[in-house]
Amino acid sequence: MKRNYLIPIVLLFLLIWMCLPENVPIHFKIQKYPVNFTINPLSINYNLFGVPIKKEFRTKLGLDLKGGSHLVFQTDTSKVKKEDVNDAVISARDVIEKRVNFFGVSEPVVQTVKTGSAYRITVDLPGIEDVSQAVTLIGQTAQLRFMEEASMEAKIATMTPLLSRLTQYTGLGGQDIKKSSVVFDPQTGKPQVSLQFSKKGAELFSVITERNIGKPVGIFLDFYPISAPTVQQKISEGNAVISGNFSVEEAKQLSIAINSGALPLPITLIEQRNIGPTLGALEVKKSVFAGSVGLFMVLLFMILYYGKLGIIASMALGIYGLISFALFRAIPVVLTLPGVAGFILSIGMAVDSNILIFERIKEELRKGKDFPIAVRLGFGRAIDAIKDANITTLTVAFILFNPMNWEFLPQFGMVRGFALTLAIGVATSLFTGVVITRRLIDIFYKRSDIKK
Amino acid sequence: MIRFSRWIWLYILISSVVILSGIFSMVRYGFRYSIDFVGGTDLSYSLNKNVPMDKVKNIFKVNKIEIITSKISQNVLEVRTKPIDEKQELQLRNSLKKQLSVSIKSLRFETVGPVLGKETMRKTFVASILATLGILLYMNYAFKGLNFALAAILAMIHDFFVVIGTYSLLSHFFGAEVDTMFVTAVLTTMSFSVHDTIVIFDKIREYIKSEGKGNIEYLADKAVTETMVRSVNNSMTIVFMLLALTLLGGSTIRFFVATLLIGTITGTYSSPFIATPILIWLEKRKK
Repeated sequence: MKRNYLIPIVLLFLLIWMCLPENVPIHFKIQKYPVNFTINPLSINYNLFGVPIKKEFRTKLGLDLKGGSHLVFQTDTSKVKKEDVNDAVISARDVIEKRVNFFGVSEPVVQTVKTGSAYRITVDLPGIEDVSQAVTLIGQTAQLRFMEEASMEAKIATMTPLLSRLTQYTGLGGQDIKKSSVVFDPQTGKPQVSLQFSKKGAELFSVITERNIGKPVGIFLDFYPISAPTVQQKISEGNAVISGNFSVEEAKQLSIAINSGALPLPITLIEQRNIGPTLGALEVKKSVFAGSVGLFMVLLFMILYYGKLGIIASMALGIYGLISFALFRAIPVVLTLPGVAGFILSIGMAVDSNILIFERIKEELRKGKDFPIAVRLGFGRAIDAIKDANITTLTVAFILFNPMNWEFLPQFGMVRGFALTLAIGVATSLFTGVVITRRLIDIFYKRSDIKK
Repeated sequence: MIRFSRWIWLYILISSVVILSGIFSMVRYGFRYSIDFVGGTDLSYSLNKNVPMDKVKNIFKVNKIEIITSKISQNVLEVRTKPIDEKQELQLRNSLKKQLSVSIKSLRFETVGPVLGKETMRKTFVASILATLGILLYMNYAFKGLNFALAAILAMIHDFFVVIGTYSLLSHFFGAEVDTMFVTAVLTTMSFSVHDTIVIFDKIREYIKSEGKGNIEYLADKAVTETMVRSVNNSMTIVFMLLALTLLGGSTIRFFVATLLIGTITGTYSSPFIATPILIWLEKRKK
């Protein structure tokens, strides 16, 4: 009987490709021809029937391994009306995100976390070295400003794009707006954004509109333009409406953005962790080395103790490592130190599945069963224990990961990273420990059994 | 077959010695807490030459930064202070540079307010309770009886106390600190403990199915004997892994891995010697 080995071999090849190290240059010579290329893991970038598929299999390291800054801000919502708190926090988050992007960090993560009645905003900045500048930039309250055209010669003015002409600060800002909300034009039913000024704001606005009739006045948030309506007439009653071709969603966004300037939400830094890139790199290097030594010892032990079965277990473990690592890269899982711990634990549990099975097989062999029957019985007996043990572990991982994002469970960082890698590891080990080992035993024992 | 159940007094003795010395240490010495839990600032600077500690301390004083602990080894300065912000840190770094004429590379600068740690702790605690309930429910279903689940959970609690007690000793004698990594290690231990116990219980369940509940002690001893090789082998593989990480791995994970190592050992030990005797006792009481 000839089995089809093509598919498994192709799959294995793909797996190895996904798990290749990143950016390793290779230089060597075959006789006189130099060979130069760089090893990189698989990256997919195709168009499949018009659907773009893009996937890069690269390891994402957490801040504790890669270096960078983790900042936690506490928002002061005491001065904000209860019904506006959510909006204010969300717009504060958006503003911070804009500021962080302005800082040019790759892959920043900005999140809001609600704990009891306190709202926090966490900011992860990978690879930032000088954090004090970033903190200052983020920590400011959102600044809403009304800008007008600086007096320029008409000729230049028409040449420059509209937004860059609005360079003159009018003196009217977020502190002068009482509230902004979405309203609908009574005639057309189109959404608009209304502005309600304070007394001082109303006076200022009336002066500004008077001198800018027919000209645009820009509304800027943190120096980013959010709207540049053209003034139709002098507005003196302290109310204004920004009309335009807004969708309801856009109008809402704009009003949130204005409110975040208008409802300045003071934020204070309550936690910051800055890990220099050297420390993280050193830790990774040492731990990877130590991990490989440990893994080597495990494999050696398995082979010495279980002989041929040990070799099979080692192969299954190798495939297990490849699959989990490929999954970490595919999802992608951000690897932190606790995450690595979860993975190590799951390696232990993967080996455990094999040991359980082998011990059962040995038990059956001791009872005088033939090898093929012993294998079948051994698997069947071991599967209950493996199933129950791993389901319990998965339950624990599930609760610790808190997929529903419940407030009373851990919502960030450490514990979650641990739970996620543990869950992936255990789920994968269920597959490799049982299915792959079985297949490998079939393949490697077929011939020699018949000879017996 | 080895009659493990004849030696229950020995297991009680071993566990009591370990747990009581841990509890003694917790009461007497308590724990060292990292800034994760008490708030404060951790600084770690790599310097290009050796500098005298008293000069460094003086500069901290001039900058009005209160030192809690400090040490220099291999040109790395590590200081814990009352919470400072990034501006103070920059100022401090600059005056260190100027007055000691050294170049400084900042390895780590962490400031934590005291609120966060307690909150993480509380939430993790709630999560653990829920996880325990989950285990209880699932085992109750899989083993068709609460006794198995209860015995597994009690063994898990045993391991919990072994780990935190031992950590208090590590904390006192080697300066290990309670941080979020430690919390993770405790969680790992707890889930490993149950995982390991289930394997033995599965064997007992199998014997009960084939031979009836007649002599639970006999069945349990038979199961423990049968699974002993597996238990030891399995733990050996994890212990190899962790030993390598403890001895060769980076310094920031040393205590974390050491805790996992202790957890693995107690998790393995508790399955035949704590969980199984408890199960025997529970099963006998029922009659």
